[in-house]
Amino acid sequence: MERKTKINAEDGKQELTITREFDLPVELLFRAHVEAGILEQWMGTKVLKLESRKHGSYQFETTDPRGNKYRFNGAIHDFSPNQKITRTFEMENMPFGVQLEFLKFEKLTDDTSKLEMHVLYESSGHRDQVLKIGMAAGVNMAHNRLQDVAGKLK
Amino acid sequence: MESRRDVFQAIADPTRRAILTLLAAQALTPGAIADNFHSSRQTISRHIQILTECELLKPEQNGREIYYHLNAKQMKDVADFIESFRKLWDDRFNKLEAIMKKYKSRK
Repeated sequence: MERKTKINAEDGKQELTITREFDLPVELLFRAHVEAGILEQWMGTKVLKLESRKHGSYQFETTDPRGNKYRFNGAIHDFSPNQKITRTFEMENMPFGVQLEFLKFEKLTDDTSKLEMHVLYESSGHRDQVLKIGMAAGVNMAHNRLQDVAGKLK
Repeated sequence: MESRRDVFQAIADPTRRAILTLLAAQALTPGAIADNFHSSRQTISRHIQILTECELLKPEQNGREIYYHLNAKQMKDVADFIESFRKLWDDRFNKLEAIMKKYKSRK
């Protein structure tokens, strides 16, 4: 498969950018980020709460194969349909701190779109730690479940 | 035995990643680590051994107990980890695309 997702994480910086182009209209790309039922399927996480609006908040929960539960939460600061979501993200009970995320949705053509996620961490050290352990551990664990869900959809 | 590849393989296992995550919060004894898993103490002990061999964990004697904590120095080579992070998001976005294409065709 083509390498569509790009990560830009410069050494020593406390930020990174994830970009990806989709064969989807921007409306569908945006919808996948705001509807709990859809988000659960591709993020591989249980959505406990998702208030997709300005001043709304969200909370996710993933369970690893051993049954350990990990929770994530954040607040939504800016919400412009089909254009932008600004939100915080934090792993609960972990020393990684909070991160600030700017999600920019862009229409390329009627049937294609682009997502740019700009993520800011408390320090470059925090960023590196999240890259190494946090995300991998918290999220990869849910992959088994994710595959189950995807299998059922077919 | 301490090449980057070993570190990468060590981290590829979900149980070992879970151990690293646990120890990111605090140093723990092998018993306390094992309490977090359904696997046998022997299995967990083997995982701890692999992580220690890769120098991802460092044992520290504290009285009678040995506490394991993360060895942050060993994890300074971020480039390898960026690729696994990229792959993680690529997998997710592939899934997103596949799911949403079904919505599209329903229109």
